[in-house]
Amino acid sequence: MRTALLADIHSNLEALQACLAHARREGVDRFAFLGDLIGYGADPLACLDIIAGLVDAGAPAVLGNHDEACLGGQLDAMHFAARDAIYWTRERLGPHERAFLAGLPLAVAETDRLLVHASAERPEAWTYITGPREAAQAFAATPARVVLVGHVHHPQLYFTMPGGAIRDFAPVPGVPLPLSDFRRWLAIVGSVGQPRDGNPAACYALHDAGAGTLTHFRVPYDVQAAARKILDAGLPERLAWRLLEGE
Amino acid sequence: MATAGGRVSLGEGPLPAGTAVGGFRIRGLLHEGGMARLYAVDAADAAAPAPFPLLMKVPKLGFGCHPGCLVGFEVERMILGRLRGPHAPALVASGDEEGAPWLVMERIEGEALADRAARAPLEAGEVARLTGAVAAAVHDLHRQNVIHFDLKPTNVLFRADGTAVPIDFGLARHGELPDLVEEEFALPAGTGATISPEQLAGNRRDPRSDLFALGVIAYQLATGKLPFGAPTTRGGMRRRLYVDPPPPRALKPGLPPWLQEVILRCLEVRPEARYATAAQLAHDLAHPEQIPLSLRAGRLHRAGPLAVARRWLRALRAPPRAAPTPALHLSRAPHVLVAIDPGDRREALDEAMRVALRRALAAEPELRLTLVAALPPQPFGEESAPDIAHGQQTAARIGLRHWAHPLGLSAEQLRIHVEENADAAGALLAYAAAHHVDRIVIGARGHSALRRYLGSVSARVVAEAPCSVSVVRPPQDHP
Repeated sequence: MRTALLADIHSNLEALQACLAHARREGVDRFAFLGDLIGYGADPLACLDIIAGLVDAGAPAVLGNHDEACLGGQLDAMHFAARDAIYWTRERLGPHERAFLAGLPLAVAETDRLLVHASAERPEAWTYITGPREAAQAFAATPARVVLVGHVHHPQLYFTMPGGAIRDFAPVPGVPLPLSDFRRWLAIVGSVGQPRDGNPAACYALHDAGAGTLTHFRVPYDVQAAARKILDAGLPERLAWRLLEGE
Repeated sequence: MATAGGRVSLGEGPLPAGTAVGGFRIRGLLHEGGMARLYAVDAADAAAPAPFPLLMKVPKLGFGCHPGCLVGFEVERMILGRLRGPHAPALVASGDEEGAPWLVMERIEGEALADRAARAPLEAGEVARLTGAVAAAVHDLHRQNVIHFDLKPTNVLFRADGTAVPIDFGLARHGELPDLVEEEFALPAGTGATISPEQLAGNRRDPRSDLFALGVIAYQLATGKLPFGAPTTRGGMRRRLYVDPPPPRALKPGLPPWLQEVILRCLEVRPEARYATAAQLAHDLAHPEQIPLSLRAGRLHRAGPLAVARRWLRALRAPPRAAPTPALHLSRAPHVLVAIDPGDRREALDEAMRVALRRALAAEPELRLTLVAALPPQPFGEESAPDIAHGQQTAARIGLRHWAHPLGLSAEQLRIHVEENADAAGALLAYAAAHHVDRIVIGARGHSALRRYLGSVSARVVAEAPCSVSVVRPPQDHP
């Protein structure tokens, strides 16, 4: 089974469509959404429409911190631009969209893998996995051999050594990584709608359970159009510029 | 651990002939090593036999098994899965039964380099031929982004046609995949006799580590001795950072200076003092008469205590960082073939070609240039022909060196090849294919009646070359 893993779409319709089209050309069997479907970008409704359709057809999806924030509550932990985008998005969500988001689980476990937005350890705390220490905590919290996450907008891979130590690895786009059965793997699949590693191209990952490989892909999309919509919608300018820079 | 069916678990003990494992049938045990057992196997489906003999590798499991054995197995499975071409055994299948993993690969039936090494010291030409064949194989691995890190005579087999095939990729690294070996054991990962100085410092990124091992292999073939012995402790291995090996010519006085030059260059402590690529090593071994001899070639004694003390201090410094991947390293040291047409000597074209080469030298400072000229065969009578041809070739060589002089190349960077061949394009293409040429630079022929009658050499080279081709045309030559 070949699954395309899409995280941190953040209402970026152009990036989402480009990744879905790329994944279909790669011949995936299904999609999975690793949270933060909305927030930041100008197309929350169109994105949720596409994603809800795929979820109805069987695609797993989990809740992200921006999705949760759009449902209500205090936003003290967020920086200003993110907060403004959440308020803007809240006004646009109808009961249908809110019900869809409210129904998303925090994590989905399937056979030997776990899908979660932030960390397997207390997913609702939205911990960023930025190093082997956080990766070790995530491994300790789940029996899953392969943990697939978003939240950190950098594609990255962590794996266990036989002695228990954890190493990290920066995946090369387009190169299938064999996820050996003798180890555990935690992959940050990168961000579809707001990459922050200096490369503006959208990022997603493909998990081939049969071949036991994970491949990160970088997909160019119409960044200018997405940025223009953000400016036209009156969202913070910085959210448009960072798409162009990939930062 | 006998399973419910009364069968022996895969990794625990030798499997009897006839046992079926994952679509294959065991024919017999070939070899039992410290970490794995090797079996001859057949595809169980007799209707679809494999195009080559098959080998199954099963790591030993259970109490007391070497902690590295599974790591080596999974590294080999990962690396073999990515390698293509004649210089690596083909991976056929892999899987596991009740948690015991196995893999099936092509069985190389030819001779092992170890069989030759057992008959060492060998004659210099034989050493060059064998080492060159292994270097060609190693270059092919590096081109595919893989560093072997454990080359030694027992890990190299030869196909019937003489193609070298490195085996046992348990310590290897792929530049674009996670390194599963890194810092796994208390001792640095490698074999005491062949491990490189930078591997001892924990640097597993430099493809020139394999060139160091090739130097050890060549030394062993040429002298019958190991340059650094076979130490088993970290301290013993580190001695090679400051104590140089006895020069091969001190052990075997008849050894030609060029072979000592090549061997000692491979054994340099600093990777940047070795050959930049295995292709350059193979190229030199195929043309020993062109190897520029340095002080290394004539050395008959090891360095004195003062030099050793100086090197010992230098060894405390961290080695310089290598390129991020083997393929990137190779891209900095390409082999560029420059085709010179002795019958078309336009100054404007010569200068345009040198301008193109200067640009390449600025971007790729470690490149190697080979100037090639094909001379038309001589129509003279049989008796004087060899002498005249020899004289012509010498004149052509001198002319090519003169041609390259304005480029200011070091002796190490420039090689010259002149051959008598009416088919200039064929000669260039054959040379490019035989010597891992990465790019051909060739001049466009002028607008002459000759071009219409003979056709364009450059057009055929562009169409058939195994690499990139730059066709250079001087500015005023535009129609």
